[in-house]
Amino acid sequence: MDEKTVSIEVDGKPVEARAGQMLIDVTDRIGIYVPRFCYHGKLSVAANCRMCLVDVERAPKPLPACATPVTDGMKVSTRSARAISAQKATMEFLLINHPLDCPICDQGGECELQDLALGFGRGVSRYTEKKRVVADKNLGPLVSTDMTRCIHCTRCVRFGQEITGIQELGAVGRSEHMEIGTYIEQSVDHELSGNIIDLCPVGALNNKPYRFSARAWEMAVRPMISPHDCAGSNLYGHVLRGTLKRVVPRENEAINETWIADRDRYSCHGIYTEDRLNVPMIKRDREWLEVTWQEALASAAEAIAGAVADEGDGLGILASPGSTLAELYLLQRMAAGLGTAHLDHRLRRTDFRDQQADPVWPWLGSSIAGLEQLEGILLVGSNLRTEVPILAHRVRKAALAGADVGFVNPCDYEYLFDSAFVEAPFADFTRSLAGVLAAAAEDLDKPAPEHVAEAVSGAVVEAEHRAAARVLLGKERTLVLLGHIAQRHPRFADIRVLAAALAELVGGQLGYLPESANSVGAALAGCLPHRGIGGTAAQAAGYDVHGMLSSPRRGYILFGIEPDRDMAESELAEAALMSADAVVGFTAYVNDALLECADVLLPIGTFAETAGTYVNAEGAWQSFDAAADPVGDARPGWRVLRVLGNALGLADFDYRSAADVRDALRRELGEAPPPDNSYRGSLSIAALEPVDVDPAVLDVPIYAVDAVVRRSEPLQETVLGRARDESEEPLAASAS
Amino acid sequence: MPEHDLVCFATRGFDSEPWSLDNYLSVGGYRAWQRVLDGELDRAAIIEQVKASGLRGRGGAGFPTGLKHSFMPREAPMQKYLVCNSDESEPGTCHDREILRLNPHSLIEGMAISAYAMGATVAYNYIRGEFIDEPVPRFEAALQEAYDAGWLGKDIRGSGIDVDIHTFVGAGAYICGEETGLLESLEGKPGKPRFKPPFPAQHGLYGAPTTINNTQSLASIPTIILKGPQWFVDVGVEGSSGTAIFSISGHVERPGNYELPLGIPFRKLLEIAGGMLGGRELKAVIPGGSSVPVMPAGNIIDATMDFDAIKAAGSSLGTGAVVVMDETTCMVGMLRRISRFYYAESCGQCTPCREGTGWLYRVLTRVMEGTGTHADLDMLVDVANKIEGHTICALGDAAAWPVQSFLKHFRHEFEYMIDHGGRSIVAAPDAAAA
Repeated sequence: MDEKTVSIEVDGKPVEARAGQMLIDVTDRIGIYVPRFCYHGKLSVAANCRMCLVDVERAPKPLPACATPVTDGMKVSTRSARAISAQKATMEFLLINHPLDCPICDQGGECELQDLALGFGRGVSRYTEKKRVVADKNLGPLVSTDMTRCIHCTRCVRFGQEITGIQELGAVGRSEHMEIGTYIEQSVDHELSGNIIDLCPVGALNNKPYRFSARAWEMAVRPMISPHDCAGSNLYGHVLRGTLKRVVPRENEAINETWIADRDRYSCHGIYTEDRLNVPMIKRDREWLEVTWQEALASAAEAIAGAVADEGDGLGILASPGSTLAELYLLQRMAAGLGTAHLDHRLRRTDFRDQQADPVWPWLGSSIAGLEQLEGILLVGSNLRTEVPILAHRVRKAALAGADVGFVNPCDYEYLFDSAFVEAPFADFTRSLAGVLAAAAEDLDKPAPEHVAEAVSGAVVEAEHRAAARVLLGKERTLVLLGHIAQRHPRFADIRVLAAALAELVGGQLGYLPESANSVGAALAGCLPHRGIGGTAAQAAGYDVHGMLSSPRRGYILFGIEPDRDMAESELAEAALMSADAVVGFTAYVNDALLECADVLLPIGTFAETAGTYVNAEGAWQSFDAAADPVGDARPGWRVLRVLGNALGLADFDYRSAADVRDALRRELGEAPPPDNSYRGSLSIAALEPVDVDPAVLDVPIYAVDAVVRRSEPLQETVLGRARDESEEPLAASAS
Repeated sequence: MPEHDLVCFATRGFDSEPWSLDNYLSVGGYRAWQRVLDGELDRAAIIEQVKASGLRGRGGAGFPTGLKHSFMPREAPMQKYLVCNSDESEPGTCHDREILRLNPHSLIEGMAISAYAMGATVAYNYIRGEFIDEPVPRFEAALQEAYDAGWLGKDIRGSGIDVDIHTFVGAGAYICGEETGLLESLEGKPGKPRFKPPFPAQHGLYGAPTTINNTQSLASIPTIILKGPQWFVDVGVEGSSGTAIFSISGHVERPGNYELPLGIPFRKLLEIAGGMLGGRELKAVIPGGSSVPVMPAGNIIDATMDFDAIKAAGSSLGTGAVVVMDETTCMVGMLRRISRFYYAESCGQCTPCREGTGWLYRVLTRVMEGTGTHADLDMLVDVANKIEGHTICALGDAAAWPVQSFLKHFRHEFEYMIDHGGRSIVAAPDAAAA
């Protein structure tokens, strides 16, 4: 684009600006506020609200700042009589048909129209005719509508057209009968669609589950980090008297821009449920008893001590990868202190053959924002839109900006942009991937690396494999990204070898889509059987998840896990846990599986009720304080671990805060290990035999990824949530 | 027969099928196009001739057609389009319909010449949906005749020139006559005008350079090429070359479409239309379609019908749709009817027009129902002023100008109605004296 700089004058001040830049971007940059409704930095210019009319010298009429490119010598007045008169005129027009129901409108107090009406509106309306009434639309369980309040800015329409790529909303009808609607009766289903609530400048589109439950000005605003995926989207929690009422995006251009996934917005409705564990419980003679924390911790310590009686070998520790850094670090230290190496967080992984070749911290292979700058992205085994919706949006942006994107996937998930696709059936995934590698080798006229040569020579190369290879070929900046399906696959080691060979062959990066919000943190904290803190090799490797379950331990610690829902091998887990002498569960919720297998249940807070740190897919450490008060007698997980550590008589367990624990880890890490995904393993693969795969274990539905999301009723009621119910057994009934 | 040469209505005199290709050829049809195909005129030469003719757009804005054609990047190696605007919807206007019905080949030839001149190989004729019965089939039949006779298509008559013309039928929205609203509609979207810049000559149909011209403007071009620009200039007056079709409606003895030289005195125009209906007194005239300001009898009676003179007299020649109103016309009722039109036809995308047009209509309705106040009249003008110049397209202005002008020239009629509980001044006991 034109990088020429021009000089303009705004309200008498000389300003330098890029030629062709819209005036409103210039005024925003220099801190002069021009009122606006339809303009939004992330959306195309519509220029339809006419609120941003300003006075430009020599223009015959006031011009919209959002759609007027600056030219050299332009003299602009945003506050002249003509500008103010035009802005006030627009405000009067907007208000004549807008209901004056601010006192019963959820948007009241945080409404762009209300705010600007204060500055540009009249005290009393001159309009005495009848007001327009518009029928509300049912957009599904997430977004409520009060369409009479709509001011037709079309931000929500453009969001669908431009951001998600499905036009779920549109304007129907003309003149003052124009309405925003769904064309036909249907809900808005895209996994980012909740963002239209924030985009709507008035109270036409609002948060449905939150409806009428608080006023904006009563709530405290607390920064939070999304616990549901590896992006680490920045959030604000709105908290009323200790209760998290709703979640909105916190702008962070490097991560989530101004958007959040519906999962991040609505998971808070899974926090305050009937099946929260409110008090510690212990099992005596197959009966559950509610006990005090002291009794529970004593029982837990006793159970754990019993399990480690013979050199620690009897204890297995399984932690959710959505736990905070402090929790994972304390678990690591606890394992070390108790002398066990059976510690793991990779609950949905099943193939650990080549784990020695795992990077110290498997990361995205690119910064999140940097995804947009890539020229070619090949996603291997990833239902990206459900795995990490925010990153799917970045990849879509890259594709729209001209990057080639390809998928090697069991089925052709809908991506809303043009992409190459190789069908790689679950059972025969490696063979299809080898085809892509063979196609790339053929095109480059280079031999495939020796350790995969046999697999490549046996691969069938068809047009789809060549198309997928072309996504990466002849480009400077490319990424081969291993998604969740690949990492959960029973042949993950083979898939990784092939993907790494492909990345190396084309000179691209290899990336991993971390499984959960803190998978990277778990690896750094050494919550692994074969490595210590910062990736140091363990003196003697312990059992991984599969090993711990297939060679049952005498005792287990389950941290933040529902064993029937959070693990790839849930049946194996059930058998192992049932046969154990003692199982100590740290959990926010009770479920049947836990009641069945555990002996002590310790109530811990959800992500909203604890301070902590998550390390996201690009390696960013993001710390947060507890947003909400804990429910019942629940306590933040790190605090429970700390006290339990004391009870077990472990040394140096006297932390005062989650930040203390984090800093201790940071000190121990010293210079943090640099991001390095390069494959240095030596696994050689030959035969690519089909393998038995349970698709439901590999492709976890978007609203089933963790305990909180699974309990959010609004999310479960969505089309995406219901699809899960139809394909699987219903959620285990909550404990009474 | 008229005493001057006809341009768009050249075949009107034929008794049998004036629209046929044979009739058109007999009045010199396609000879201009043949000269272009023969290589006698290159692109620049055609545009120079149109410029020199002084032809101004007949669709309402009166923008010089040749100048508009010169804005196109005609030599740029990309697809370009010509679009003919036959979405004739301005109340009072019905001349494009007559061209489509009676002389469609003049339009086809004009489109072919203009498309070639601007480097466009594809042209669309966007015809309003209400024309589906007669004008659309007539134009389609003529298009077929032209293709069959080898006047259109690829490598036309061995010239190496390609021009294809397609018909597109709209769905009957006034706003699709606005050129960018038309483009949106042609692309299959709701007819909501685009913000300019960028102008269609840079970013038009499907993002390609596009020029949109009115039917009558394009139908005038063959004659300009054939007879030369000077002939066209000589037909009209300075600043308003050539002939224009006046659609005369209202209280005249013989309403209809009359192709006449621009600059004709209004008195003469009225005389050609048979004079005032029943010999009654002239009260007011809307000289260019319902959007333009109304002119009281005294302001127009001595004016000539050309762009500059009508502008000097306080209105605009617009589309040449002359609405004649006699002493029995209630100006409040007339304005309310006009306001209802703009209220119904606003596309709804931008605030002042969407909200303001309904407000104007409702207040006027209230005045007619006898519940208006004097303060309402000032408010009407104020609301109109706040729509004017604040919208994406000119529909806002079109809704505002009638309100401003009616209240400027006929405020006493509104005041009378307010003071008399909704009774019109023309129904007053002493109406003759009013």
